[in-house]
Amino acid sequence: MIPMVAIRSVTKSYGALKALDDVNLDVAAGEVVAVIGPSGSGKSTLLRCINQLEIPDQGGVFIDGTLQGYRRQGDTLRALQDAEIARQRLASGMVFQRFNLFTHMTVLQNVIEGPVSVLRLGRTEAELEAMTLLSRVGVDDKATAYPIQLSGGQQQRVAIARALAMRPRLMLFDEPTSALDPELVGEVLSAMRDLATSGMTMVVVTHELGFAREVAGRVVFMDRGRIVEDGPPSQILTTPQHPRTREFIAAVLP
Amino acid sequence: MIDTSILQLRVVRDRHPGRWLSAAAILVGFALVVRAFAMGQIEWSIVGQFLTMPAILNGLVNTVLMTACAMALGITLGVLFAVMYLSPNPVLRASALFYIWFFRGTPLLLQLLLWFNLALVFPTIGLPGLFEVRMVDVMTPFVATLLGLGMNQGAYTAEVVRGGILSVDQGQTEAARSIGMTGLKTLRRIVLPQAMRVIIPPVGNEFISMVKLTSIASVIQYSEILRNAQTIYYANARVIELLIVAAVWYLAVVTVLQTGQFFLERHFARGRTTTPARATGGDLR
Repeated sequence: MIPMVAIRSVTKSYGALKALDDVNLDVAAGEVVAVIGPSGSGKSTLLRCINQLEIPDQGGVFIDGTLQGYRRQGDTLRALQDAEIARQRLASGMVFQRFNLFTHMTVLQNVIEGPVSVLRLGRTEAELEAMTLLSRVGVDDKATAYPIQLSGGQQQRVAIARALAMRPRLMLFDEPTSALDPELVGEVLSAMRDLATSGMTMVVVTHELGFAREVAGRVVFMDRGRIVEDGPPSQILTTPQHPRTREFIAAVLP
Repeated sequence: MIDTSILQLRVVRDRHPGRWLSAAAILVGFALVVRAFAMGQIEWSIVGQFLTMPAILNGLVNTVLMTACAMALGITLGVLFAVMYLSPNPVLRASALFYIWFFRGTPLLLQLLLWFNLALVFPTIGLPGLFEVRMVDVMTPFVATLLGLGMNQGAYTAEVVRGGILSVDQGQTEAARSIGMTGLKTLRRIVLPQAMRVIIPPVGNEFISMVKLTSIASVIQYSEILRNAQTIYYANARVIELLIVAAVWYLAVVTVLQTGQFFLERHFARGRTTTPARATGGDLR
Protein backbone atom coordinates (compact mmCIF):
# COMPACT_ATOMS: atom_id res chain seq x y z
CA MET A 1 0.00 0.00 0.00
CA ILE A 2 1.21 3.50 -0.84
CA PRO A 3 1.90 5.59 2.28
CA MET A 4 0.00 8.88 2.50
CA VAL A 5 3.27 10.76 2.97
CA ALA A 6 6.59 9.43 1.68
CA ILE A 7 9.64 11.56 2.31
CA ARG A 8 12.56 10.32 0.20
CA SER A 9 16.22 11.34 0.53
CA VAL A 10 15.33 14.92 1.44
CA THR A 11 18.26 17.27 1.96
CA LYS A 12 17.97 20.95 2.74
CA SER A 13 20.73 23.44 3.58
CA TYR A 14 20.75 27.05 4.67
CA GLY A 15 24.19 28.23 3.66
CA ALA A 16 26.65 26.01 5.47
CA LEU A 17 24.00 24.65 7.84
CA LYS A 18 22.54 21.29 6.83
CA ALA A 19 18.99 21.45 8.22
CA LEU A 20 17.97 18.13 6.68
CA ASP A 21 20.48 15.45 5.71
CA ASP A 22 19.11 12.63 3.56
CA VAL A 23 15.86 12.11 5.47
CA ASN A 24 13.45 9.26 4.70
CA LEU A 25 10.08 8.86 6.42
CA ASP A 26 6.76 7.20 5.62
CA VAL A 27 3.45 8.10 7.22
CA ALA A 28 0.51 5.77 6.59
CA ALA A 29 -3.10 6.98 6.43
CA GLY A 30 -4.58 7.29 9.91
CA GLU A 31 -1.20 7.28 11.59
CA VAL A 32 -0.21 9.83 14.26
CA VAL A 33 3.52 10.51 14.19
CA ALA A 34 5.26 12.64 16.81
CA VAL A 35 8.57 14.19 15.75
CA ILE A 36 10.80 15.05 18.69
CA GLY A 37 14.36 16.28 19.07
CA PRO A 38 16.48 19.20 20.24
CA SER A 39 16.16 22.72 18.79
CA GLY A 40 17.71 23.05 15.36
CA SER A 41 17.48 19.34 14.66
CA GLY A 42 15.41 19.95 11.50
CA LYS A 43 11.98 18.88 12.82
CA SER A 44 10.15 22.01 11.66
CA THR A 45 11.98 22.14 8.34
CA LEU A 46 10.93 18.54 7.67
CA LEU A 47 7.31 19.37 8.47
CA ARG A 48 7.39 22.45 6.26
CA CYS A 49 8.76 20.40 3.35
CA ILE A 50 5.57 18.31 3.45
CA ASN A 51 3.35 21.27 2.51
CA GLN A 52 6.00 23.02 0.40
CA LEU A 53 6.59 25.98 2.70
CA GLU A 54 10.18 24.78 2.21
CA ILE A 55 11.51 23.27 -0.99
CA PRO A 56 14.06 20.44 -0.54
CA ASP A 57 17.43 20.91 -2.23
CA GLN A 58 17.50 17.22 -3.06
CA GLY A 59 15.03 14.38 -2.79
CA GLY A 60 11.29 14.84 -2.66
CA VAL A 61 8.03 14.45 -0.83
CA PHE A 62 5.28 12.20 -2.22
CA ILE A 63 1.69 12.53 -1.07
CA ASP A 64 -0.49 9.57 -2.06
CA GLY A 65 2.30 8.62 -4.44
CA THR A 66 2.43 12.00 -6.20
CA LEU A 67 5.67 13.97 -6.14
CA GLN A 68 5.02 17.42 -4.66
CA GLY A 69 6.09 20.58 -6.43
CA TYR A 70 7.12 19.05 -9.77
CA ARG A 71 5.60 17.51 -12.85
CA ARG A 72 7.28 14.96 -15.06
CA GLN A 73 7.79 16.08 -18.62
CA GLY A 74 9.52 13.44 -20.69
CA ASP A 75 12.93 12.96 -19.12
CA THR A 76 12.78 16.13 -17.01
CA LEU A 77 10.99 17.49 -13.96
CA ARG A 78 9.35 20.89 -14.18
CA ALA A 79 8.64 23.02 -11.13
CA LEU A 80 4.92 23.64 -10.72
CA GLN A 81 3.28 27.04 -11.01
CA ASP A 82 2.11 28.93 -7.94
CA ALA A 83 -1.55 27.97 -8.51
CA GLU A 84 -0.71 24.27 -8.90
CA ILE A 85 1.36 24.29 -5.71
CA ALA A 86 -1.55 26.02 -3.94
CA ARG A 87 -3.84 23.20 -5.11
CA GLN A 88 -1.42 20.53 -3.83
CA ARG A 89 -1.34 22.23 -0.45
CA LEU A 90 -5.04 21.51 -0.02
CA ALA A 91 -4.10 17.94 0.93
CA SER A 92 -2.74 19.16 4.26
CA GLY A 93 -3.67 21.58 6.99
CA MET A 94 -1.07 23.26 9.15
CA VAL A 95 -1.07 24.58 12.71
CA PHE A 96 1.75 26.94 13.62
CA GLN A 97 3.64 27.57 16.83
CA ARG A 98 2.55 31.22 16.87
CA PHE A 99 -1.04 30.51 15.69
CA ASN A 100 -0.83 33.00 12.78
CA LEU A 101 -4.55 33.77 12.82
CA PHE A 102 -5.42 36.55 10.38
CA THR A 103 -5.41 39.52 12.73
CA HIS A 104 -7.81 41.69 10.68
CA MET A 105 -10.54 39.05 10.67
CA THR A 106 -12.87 37.73 13.35
CA VAL A 107 -12.67 34.12 14.46
CA LEU A 108 -15.50 33.11 12.12
CA GLN A 109 -13.99 35.03 9.20
CA ASN A 110 -10.66 33.28 9.82
CA VAL A 111 -12.30 29.89 9.56
CA ILE A 112 -14.45 30.60 6.46
CA GLU A 113 -11.74 32.51 4.56
CA GLY A 114 -10.26 29.40 2.92
CA PRO A 115 -13.56 27.62 2.19
CA VAL A 116 -15.07 30.77 0.64
CA SER A 117 -12.12 32.29 -1.22
CA VAL A 118 -10.25 29.09 -2.18
CA LEU A 119 -12.82 26.28 -2.25
CA ARG A 120 -15.58 28.64 -3.50
CA LEU A 121 -18.10 27.38 -0.96
CA GLY A 122 -21.25 29.43 -0.35
CA ARG A 123 -20.94 31.76 2.62
CA THR A 124 -23.91 30.32 4.55
CA GLU A 125 -22.70 26.76 4.06
CA ALA A 126 -19.16 27.74 5.06
CA GLU A 127 -20.39 29.53 8.18
CA LEU A 128 -22.53 26.59 9.21
CA GLU A 129 -19.59 24.24 8.85
CA ALA A 130 -17.26 26.69 10.59
CA MET A 131 -19.56 26.91 13.61
CA THR A 132 -19.63 23.11 13.84
CA LEU A 133 -15.83 23.03 13.81
CA LEU A 134 -15.55 25.87 16.33
CA SER A 135 -17.87 24.09 18.74
CA ARG A 136 -15.88 20.91 18.21
CA VAL A 137 -12.77 22.69 19.52
CA GLY A 138 -14.83 24.59 22.11
CA VAL A 139 -14.52 28.21 20.92
CA ASP A 140 -17.90 28.70 19.20
CA ASP A 141 -18.78 31.38 21.76
CA LYS A 142 -15.88 33.49 20.42
CA ALA A 143 -16.98 33.49 16.76
CA THR A 144 -17.31 37.28 16.52
CA ALA A 145 -14.16 38.10 18.53
CA TYR A 146 -10.88 39.19 16.97
CA PRO A 147 -7.81 36.98 17.57
CA ILE A 148 -6.18 39.58 19.83
CA GLN A 149 -9.10 39.26 22.25
CA LEU A 150 -8.47 35.54 22.74
CA SER A 151 -6.06 33.63 24.96
CA GLY A 152 -3.25 31.72 23.27
CA GLY A 153 -5.03 28.43 23.84
CA GLN A 154 -8.23 29.73 22.26
CA GLN A 155 -6.29 31.14 19.30
CA GLN A 156 -4.59 27.83 18.70
CA ARG A 157 -7.90 25.97 18.80
CA VAL A 158 -9.31 28.44 16.25
CA ALA A 159 -6.21 27.79 14.12
CA ILE A 160 -7.01 24.06 14.26
CA ALA A 161 -10.58 24.78 13.16
CA ARG A 162 -9.32 27.01 10.35
CA ALA A 163 -7.09 24.21 9.04
CA LEU A 164 -9.86 21.59 9.37
CA ALA A 165 -12.30 23.79 7.46
CA MET A 166 -10.32 23.01 4.30
CA ARG A 167 -11.14 19.30 4.84
CA PRO A 168 -7.50 18.16 4.67
CA ARG A 169 -6.57 14.49 4.72
CA LEU A 170 -3.43 15.24 6.72
CA MET A 171 -2.74 17.63 9.57
CA LEU A 172 0.69 19.11 10.30
CA PHE A 173 1.39 20.59 13.74
CA ASP A 174 4.52 22.71 14.22
CA GLU A 175 5.14 22.89 17.98
CA PRO A 176 1.51 23.81 18.59
CA THR A 177 1.86 24.26 22.35
CA SER A 178 5.34 25.83 22.61
CA ALA A 179 4.08 29.44 22.68
CA LEU A 180 1.36 28.77 25.27
CA ASP A 181 1.20 29.47 28.98
CA PRO A 182 1.48 26.12 30.79
CA GLU A 183 -2.11 26.11 32.00
CA LEU A 184 -3.39 26.51 28.40
CA VAL A 185 -1.44 23.59 26.93
CA GLY A 186 -4.02 21.03 28.05
CA GLU A 187 -6.96 22.45 26.10
CA VAL A 188 -5.00 22.42 22.82
CA LEU A 189 -3.66 18.92 23.39
CA SER A 190 -7.16 17.69 24.15
CA ALA A 191 -8.44 19.14 20.84
CA MET A 192 -5.58 17.34 19.08
CA ARG A 193 -6.34 14.13 20.94
CA ASP A 194 -9.97 14.26 19.73
CA LEU A 195 -8.72 14.78 16.20
CA ALA A 196 -6.40 11.78 16.44
CA THR A 197 -9.26 9.65 17.79
CA SER A 198 -11.39 10.62 14.78
CA GLY A 199 -8.81 8.91 12.55
CA MET A 200 -7.01 11.97 11.14
CA THR A 201 -3.49 11.42 9.83
CA MET A 202 -1.20 13.69 11.85
CA VAL A 203 2.44 14.67 11.94
CA VAL A 204 3.17 16.56 15.16
CA VAL A 205 6.45 18.32 15.92
CA THR A 206 6.35 18.63 19.69
CA HIS A 207 8.18 18.91 22.96
CA GLU A 208 5.23 17.35 24.80
CA LEU A 209 6.59 13.87 25.41
CA GLY A 210 3.51 13.02 27.48
CA PHE A 211 1.31 13.75 24.48
CA ALA A 212 3.63 11.75 22.23
CA ARG A 213 3.44 8.76 24.56
CA GLU A 214 -0.31 8.90 24.94
CA VAL A 215 -1.56 9.83 21.45
CA ALA A 216 1.13 9.09 18.89
CA GLY A 217 1.37 5.68 17.29
CA ARG A 218 4.96 6.36 16.41
CA VAL A 219 7.72 8.63 17.65
CA VAL A 220 10.55 9.88 15.44
CA PHE A 221 13.65 11.30 17.08
CA MET A 222 15.71 13.75 15.02
CA ASP A 223 19.14 15.21 15.63
CA ARG A 224 21.31 17.38 13.37
CA GLY A 225 19.10 17.00 10.34
CA ARG A 226 18.85 13.22 10.51
CA ILE A 227 16.29 10.75 11.80
CA VAL A 228 18.19 8.95 14.52
CA GLU A 229 15.49 6.67 15.80
CA ASP A 230 11.95 5.76 14.77
CA GLY A 231 9.57 3.45 16.60
CA PRO A 232 6.58 3.04 18.93
CA PRO A 233 6.48 5.54 21.83
CA SER A 234 7.04 2.82 24.40
CA GLN A 235 10.37 2.04 22.79
CA ILE A 236 11.65 5.53 21.95
CA LEU A 237 10.57 7.16 25.21
CA THR A 238 11.31 4.31 27.60
CA THR A 239 14.03 2.15 26.13
CA PRO A 240 15.77 4.23 23.46
CA GLN A 241 18.48 2.34 21.58
CA HIS A 242 20.62 5.18 20.30
CA PRO A 243 22.88 7.02 22.82
CA ARG A 244 21.82 10.42 21.41
CA THR A 245 18.14 9.59 21.99
CA ARG A 246 18.88 8.31 25.47
CA GLU A 247 20.71 11.54 26.28
CA PHE A 248 17.80 13.69 24.99
CA ILE A 249 15.09 11.71 26.79
CA ALA A 250 17.07 11.79 30.02
CA ALA A 251 17.49 15.57 29.75
CA VAL A 252 13.82 16.26 28.95
CA LEU A 253 12.04 13.77 31.18
CA PRO A 254 12.56 14.41 34.87
CA MET B 1 4.97 53.66 63.11
CA ILE B 2 3.42 55.34 60.04
CA ASP B 3 0.82 58.03 60.65
CA THR B 4 -1.95 56.97 58.23
CA SER B 5 -4.30 59.74 59.35
CA ILE B 6 -2.63 61.89 56.69
CA LEU B 7 -4.58 59.90 54.08
CA GLN B 8 -7.80 61.51 55.37
CA LEU B 9 -6.72 64.98 54.23
CA ARG B 10 -8.37 66.54 51.18
CA VAL B 11 -6.36 66.42 47.92
CA VAL B 12 -5.95 69.87 46.39
CA ARG B 13 -5.01 70.11 42.72
CA ASP B 14 -2.07 72.20 41.62
CA ARG B 15 -3.21 75.54 40.15
CA HIS B 16 -0.73 75.39 37.24
CA PRO B 17 0.08 79.15 37.03
CA GLY B 18 2.36 78.49 34.04
CA ARG B 19 -0.53 77.06 32.03
CA TRP B 20 -2.75 80.06 32.75
CA LEU B 21 0.01 82.47 31.82
CA SER B 22 0.92 80.78 28.53
CA ALA B 23 -2.76 80.41 27.55
CA ALA B 24 -3.35 84.10 28.22
CA ALA B 25 -0.30 85.10 26.19
CA ILE B 26 -1.46 83.03 23.22
CA LEU B 27 -5.01 84.42 23.37
CA VAL B 28 -3.73 88.00 23.45
CA GLY B 29 -1.40 87.32 20.53
CA PHE B 30 -4.23 85.72 18.54
CA ALA B 31 -6.54 88.67 19.26
CA LEU B 32 -3.86 91.07 17.99
CA VAL B 33 -3.48 89.14 14.73
CA VAL B 34 -7.25 89.04 14.19
CA ARG B 35 -7.45 92.79 14.89
CA ALA B 36 -4.61 93.51 12.47
CA PHE B 37 -6.33 91.62 9.66
CA ALA B 38 -9.71 93.17 10.42
CA MET B 39 -8.23 96.68 10.23
CA GLY B 40 -5.79 95.96 7.39
CA GLN B 41 -6.29 96.78 3.71
CA ILE B 42 -8.56 93.82 3.05
CA GLU B 43 -12.09 94.19 1.77
CA TRP B 44 -13.76 91.22 3.44
CA SER B 45 -16.94 91.77 1.50
CA ILE B 46 -15.03 91.06 -1.71
CA VAL B 47 -13.70 87.83 -0.23
CA GLY B 48 -17.30 86.74 0.48
CA GLN B 49 -18.40 87.82 -2.95
CA PHE B 50 -15.72 85.89 -4.86
CA LEU B 51 -15.92 82.81 -2.65
CA THR B 52 -18.78 81.33 -4.68
CA MET B 53 -18.02 82.89 -8.06
CA PRO B 54 -18.37 80.41 -10.98
CA ALA B 55 -14.70 80.76 -12.04
CA ILE B 56 -13.55 80.00 -8.50
CA LEU B 57 -15.95 77.08 -8.04
CA ASN B 58 -14.90 75.76 -11.43
CA GLY B 59 -11.27 75.94 -10.30
CA LEU B 60 -12.21 74.18 -7.06
CA VAL B 61 -13.83 71.33 -9.00
CA ASN B 62 -10.71 71.03 -11.18
CA THR B 63 -8.47 70.99 -8.10
CA VAL B 64 -10.52 68.27 -6.40
CA LEU B 65 -10.82 66.28 -9.63
CA MET B 66 -7.06 66.44 -10.26
CA THR B 67 -6.29 65.50 -6.65
CA ALA B 68 -8.56 62.45 -6.88
CA CYS B 69 -7.27 61.33 -10.30
CA ALA B 70 -3.59 61.91 -9.52
CA MET B 71 -3.85 60.08 -6.17
CA ALA B 72 -5.76 57.20 -7.80
CA LEU B 73 -2.99 56.89 -10.39
CA GLY B 74 -0.31 57.35 -7.73
CA ILE B 75 -1.72 54.69 -5.41
CA THR B 76 -2.26 52.22 -8.25
CA LEU B 77 1.31 52.69 -9.47
CA GLY B 78 2.56 52.69 -5.88
CA VAL B 79 1.03 49.28 -5.09
CA LEU B 80 2.19 47.90 -8.44
CA PHE B 81 5.78 49.07 -8.05
CA ALA B 82 5.95 48.09 -4.37
CA VAL B 83 4.92 44.54 -5.29
CA MET B 84 7.41 44.54 -8.17
CA TYR B 85 10.12 45.78 -5.81
CA LEU B 86 9.45 42.85 -3.45
CA SER B 87 9.24 40.30 -6.28
CA PRO B 88 11.93 37.63 -6.60
CA ASN B 89 12.16 38.45 -10.33
CA PRO B 90 15.30 40.63 -10.73
CA VAL B 91 13.97 42.41 -13.86
CA LEU B 92 10.79 43.47 -12.07
CA ARG B 93 12.75 44.59 -9.04
CA ALA B 94 15.23 46.58 -11.14
CA SER B 95 12.46 48.34 -13.08
CA ALA B 96 10.71 49.29 -9.85
CA LEU B 97 13.97 50.61 -8.50
CA PHE B 98 14.57 52.61 -11.68
CA TYR B 99 11.06 54.09 -11.61
CA ILE B 100 11.40 55.17 -7.98
CA TRP B 101 14.89 56.52 -8.60
CA PHE B 102 13.85 58.59 -11.62
CA PHE B 103 10.61 60.08 -10.37
CA ARG B 104 11.87 60.85 -6.90
CA GLY B 105 15.14 62.15 -8.26
CA THR B 106 13.84 64.94 -10.53
CA PRO B 107 11.82 68.02 -9.56
CA LEU B 108 8.07 67.74 -10.01
CA LEU B 109 7.98 71.03 -11.93
CA LEU B 110 10.51 69.67 -14.40
CA GLN B 111 8.45 66.51 -14.85
CA LEU B 112 5.30 68.54 -15.54
CA LEU B 113 7.12 70.61 -18.17
CA LEU B 114 8.55 67.46 -19.75
CA TRP B 115 5.11 65.86 -20.12
CA PHE B 116 3.58 69.08 -21.37
CA ASN B 117 6.30 69.53 -24.01
CA LEU B 118 6.43 65.90 -25.04
CA ALA B 119 5.23 66.93 -28.51
CA LEU B 120 8.71 68.37 -29.12
CA VAL B 121 10.11 64.83 -28.86
CA PHE B 122 7.22 62.86 -30.32
CA PRO B 123 5.10 65.01 -32.65
CA THR B 124 2.63 62.16 -33.12
CA ILE B 125 1.61 59.15 -31.06
CA GLY B 126 -0.01 55.86 -32.03
CA LEU B 127 0.56 52.39 -33.40
CA PRO B 128 2.09 52.48 -36.91
CA GLY B 129 -0.54 51.59 -39.49
CA LEU B 130 -3.41 51.45 -37.01
CA PHE B 131 -3.94 54.98 -35.79
CA GLU B 132 -1.94 58.10 -35.20
CA VAL B 133 -2.80 61.35 -33.47
CA ARG B 134 -0.94 64.58 -32.85
CA MET B 135 0.74 64.69 -29.45
CA VAL B 136 -0.46 68.26 -28.77
CA ASP B 137 -4.05 67.00 -29.01
CA VAL B 138 -3.40 64.22 -26.49
CA MET B 139 -1.14 66.03 -24.06
CA THR B 140 -3.69 68.55 -22.79
CA PRO B 141 -2.93 70.44 -19.58
CA PHE B 142 -5.15 67.92 -17.75
CA VAL B 143 -3.35 64.87 -19.11
CA ALA B 144 0.12 66.37 -18.61
CA THR B 145 -0.73 67.33 -15.00
CA LEU B 146 -2.28 63.94 -14.28
CA LEU B 147 0.79 62.09 -15.58
CA GLY B 148 3.20 64.44 -13.86
CA LEU B 149 1.55 64.40 -10.45
CA GLY B 150 0.39 60.77 -10.60
CA MET B 151 3.69 59.25 -11.65
CA ASN B 152 5.64 61.35 -9.18
CA GLN B 153 3.21 60.32 -6.45
CA GLY B 154 3.51 56.68 -7.45
CA ALA B 155 7.23 56.72 -6.73
CA TYR B 156 6.65 57.96 -3.18
CA THR B 157 3.61 55.76 -2.53
CA ALA B 158 5.56 52.70 -3.72
CA GLU B 159 7.94 53.16 -0.81
CA VAL B 160 5.08 53.68 1.65
CA VAL B 161 3.27 50.56 0.42
CA ARG B 162 6.50 48.54 0.51
CA GLY B 163 6.99 49.56 4.13
CA GLY B 164 3.41 48.53 4.88
CA ILE B 165 3.83 45.12 3.25
CA LEU B 166 7.08 44.51 5.13
CA SER B 167 5.34 45.37 8.41
CA VAL B 168 3.01 42.36 8.08
CA ASP B 169 4.30 39.28 9.91
CA GLN B 170 5.68 36.52 7.67
CA GLY B 171 3.50 34.04 9.59
CA GLN B 172 0.40 35.59 8.04
CA THR B 173 1.66 34.73 4.56
CA GLU B 174 2.58 31.20 5.60
CA ALA B 175 -0.85 30.64 7.15
CA ALA B 176 -2.51 31.90 3.96
CA ARG B 177 -0.38 29.61 1.78
CA SER B 178 -1.11 26.67 4.08
CA ILE B 179 -4.85 26.97 3.37
CA GLY B 180 -4.16 26.87 -0.36
CA MET B 181 -4.12 30.55 -1.28
CA THR B 182 -2.03 31.63 -4.27
CA GLY B 183 0.54 34.40 -3.90
CA LEU B 184 -1.75 37.00 -5.44
CA LYS B 185 -4.74 36.04 -3.31
CA THR B 186 -2.56 36.11 -0.19
CA LEU B 187 -1.48 39.63 -1.07
CA ARG B 188 -5.01 40.83 -1.78
CA ARG B 189 -6.91 39.12 1.04
CA ILE B 190 -4.36 38.90 3.85
CA VAL B 191 -1.26 41.08 3.47
CA LEU B 192 -2.56 44.33 1.94
CA PRO B 193 -5.57 44.70 4.30
CA GLN B 194 -3.17 44.44 7.24
CA ALA B 195 -0.59 46.69 5.59
CA MET B 196 -3.29 49.37 5.22
CA ARG B 197 -3.00 50.19 8.92
CA VAL B 198 0.59 51.29 8.34
CA ILE B 199 0.00 52.72 4.85
CA ILE B 200 -2.96 55.03 5.56
CA PRO B 201 -1.39 57.71 7.79
CA PRO B 202 1.43 58.60 5.34
CA VAL B 203 -0.85 58.29 2.29
CA GLY B 204 -3.40 60.53 4.02
CA ASN B 205 -0.58 62.97 4.50
CA GLU B 206 0.29 62.77 0.81
CA PHE B 207 -3.35 63.13 -0.20
CA ILE B 208 -3.41 66.43 1.66
CA SER B 209 -0.12 67.44 0.08
CA MET B 210 -1.55 66.63 -3.32
CA VAL B 211 -4.48 69.02 -2.87
CA LYS B 212 -2.01 71.86 -2.59
CA LEU B 213 0.51 70.44 -5.05
CA THR B 214 -2.08 70.68 -7.85
CA SER B 215 -1.52 74.44 -7.73
CA ILE B 216 1.84 73.89 -9.42
CA ALA B 217 -0.11 72.86 -12.55
CA SER B 218 -0.97 76.51 -13.10
CA VAL B 219 2.40 76.80 -14.90
CA ILE B 220 1.11 74.56 -17.69
CA GLN B 221 -2.27 76.27 -17.89
CA TYR B 222 -4.35 73.76 -15.99
CA SER B 223 -7.15 75.91 -14.59
CA GLU B 224 -7.19 74.83 -10.98
CA ILE B 225 -8.38 77.16 -8.23
CA LEU B 226 -5.18 79.14 -7.68
CA ARG B 227 -4.71 79.83 -11.39
CA ASN B 228 -8.33 80.99 -11.69
CA ALA B 229 -7.90 83.24 -8.67
CA GLN B 230 -4.78 84.71 -10.26
CA THR B 231 -6.57 85.31 -13.56
CA ILE B 232 -9.20 87.27 -11.67
CA TYR B 233 -6.79 89.40 -9.65
CA TYR B 234 -4.74 90.24 -12.74
CA ALA B 235 -7.96 91.89 -13.94
CA ASN B 236 -9.26 93.51 -10.75
CA ALA B 237 -6.07 93.88 -8.64
CA ARG B 238 -7.74 92.36 -5.54
CA VAL B 239 -4.70 90.18 -4.93
CA ILE B 240 -4.98 89.42 -1.21
CA GLU B 241 -8.76 88.98 -1.27
CA LEU B 242 -8.55 86.35 -4.00
CA LEU B 243 -5.62 84.59 -2.37
CA ILE B 244 -7.72 84.38 0.80
CA VAL B 245 -10.60 82.96 -1.23
CA ALA B 246 -8.28 80.21 -2.54
CA ALA B 247 -6.88 79.58 0.94
CA VAL B 248 -10.38 79.17 2.40
CA TRP B 249 -11.25 76.54 -0.19
CA TYR B 250 -7.96 74.67 0.25
CA LEU B 251 -8.60 74.54 4.00
CA ALA B 252 -12.16 73.33 3.43
CA VAL B 253 -11.04 70.48 1.18
CA VAL B 254 -8.23 69.47 3.55
CA THR B 255 -10.65 69.45 6.49
CA VAL B 256 -12.94 67.02 4.68
CA LEU B 257 -9.99 64.77 3.78
CA GLN B 258 -8.65 64.78 7.33
CA THR B 259 -12.04 63.67 8.66
CA GLY B 260 -12.17 60.91 6.07
CA GLN B 261 -8.71 59.73 7.13
CA PHE B 262 -9.87 59.42 10.74
CA PHE B 263 -12.69 57.05 9.79
CA LEU B 264 -10.51 55.07 7.38
CA GLU B 265 -7.90 54.55 10.09
CA ARG B 266 -10.55 53.41 12.52
CA HIS B 267 -11.82 50.89 9.98
CA PHE B 268 -8.41 49.38 9.27
CA ALA B 269 -7.47 49.30 12.96
CA ARG B 270 -10.01 46.51 13.50
CA GLY B 271 -8.49 43.56 15.25
CA ARG B 272 -5.99 45.81 17.05
CA THR B 273 -6.38 47.14 20.54
CA THR B 274 -4.97 50.56 19.78
CA THR B 275 -7.38 52.74 17.82
CA PRO B 276 -6.43 56.17 16.44
CA ALA B 277 -8.96 57.75 18.81
CA ARG B 278 -7.09 56.40 21.80
CA ALA B 279 -3.63 56.94 20.37
CA THR B 280 -3.90 60.74 20.35
CA GLY B 281 -2.46 62.78 23.14
CA GLY B 282 -1.36 61.78 26.59
CA ASP B 283 -2.34 62.85 30.04
CA LEU B 284 -0.11 65.72 31.09
CA ARG B 285 -1.22 65.83 34.74
